[in-house]
Amino acid sequence: MATTQDRTTTDPLVIGGRSFASRLLLGTGGFRSLDAIAAAIEASGTELVTVALRRIDPAAQGSIVEVLDRCGVALLPNTAGCYTARDAVLTAKLAREAFGTDWVKLEVIGDDRTLLPDAPALLEAAEELVDDGFTVLPYTNDDPILARRLEDVGCAAVMPLGSPIGSGMGLLNTYNLRLIRERAGVPVILDAGVGTASDAALALELGCDAVLCASAVSRAEDPVTMARAIRLGVEAGRLAHRAGRIPRRLYAQASTPEEGVAEF
Amino acid sequence: MNGAPTAVEDGTTVRALLDGLDVPGGARGVAVAVDAAVVPRGEWDTTTLDDGAQVEILRAIQGG
Repeated sequence: MATTQDRTTTDPLVIGGRSFASRLLLGTGGFRSLDAIAAAIEASGTELVTVALRRIDPAAQGSIVEVLDRCGVALLPNTAGCYTARDAVLTAKLAREAFGTDWVKLEVIGDDRTLLPDAPALLEAAEELVDDGFTVLPYTNDDPILARRLEDVGCAAVMPLGSPIGSGMGLLNTYNLRLIRERAGVPVILDAGVGTASDAALALELGCDAVLCASAVSRAEDPVTMARAIRLGVEAGRLAHRAGRIPRRLYAQASTPEEGVAEF
Repeated sequence: MNGAPTAVEDGTTVRALLDGLDVPGGARGVAVAVDAAVVPRGEWDTTTLDDGAQVEILRAIQGG
């Protein structure tokens, strides 16, 4: 009988023509140390990991790029902290130089309290980056129409939020997420809001193709154990999605035959 | 540089600036913008900094 691992490797996640056996993307924000990142990466089984760019700090110790290279994962630079399309596009181009990849997790933030995406600016930046040859994975609202527009301009995936970044509130609008999945022709990666393994499982059960999480792992009391838990949640959710769940019913349906019941 | 006034000699290149910061020449995870335009790695040796140039030197950090 095939193990879980066997099944997932025969059911790859394909983004922009590239195959991944793991359906879990890991953010590196919030970890206490580079060693903690490496340990969580191993436990999570992830193959695609986000990084960010900031002004150089001569006092900084260690290189996250070296650590991630040693882990053998692919890098997905983000444009976190950008509030305009112009800043996000320039940051993506700098990331392409810094990391030698044209993949970008595009974030254009509209508000520093909610960190929700700025939809018009996101679409504008996505179009410009796609035209410049980038493989664009946009962090987007849970809006089916915006997701379709992002796909229309050539994004390689769409990454709707489950709830605000770092909130751990899970999936607040499963209806919209299902609509996004139903209509999308590119992978749907649930990004932001995952708090624990069941949130990740639910995302995959709904049909999302993958999950990206950072804080849920990095800020957990035991990040390595949570990385493993979310990995298993992703695998369980994917299998459940493929298996086809039973419909919800208002009333009970006996699983034991009712015929032949003894009469006393 | 990175928002702070920085005095450099005439004709200073991006590469020289990076060397002064102890950034190894080919360091992956480092990128430079001058006046809001990316300076490709291959042009670090030849790009000189004019008076008043706005230089941003970025490096990889944890995020996302």
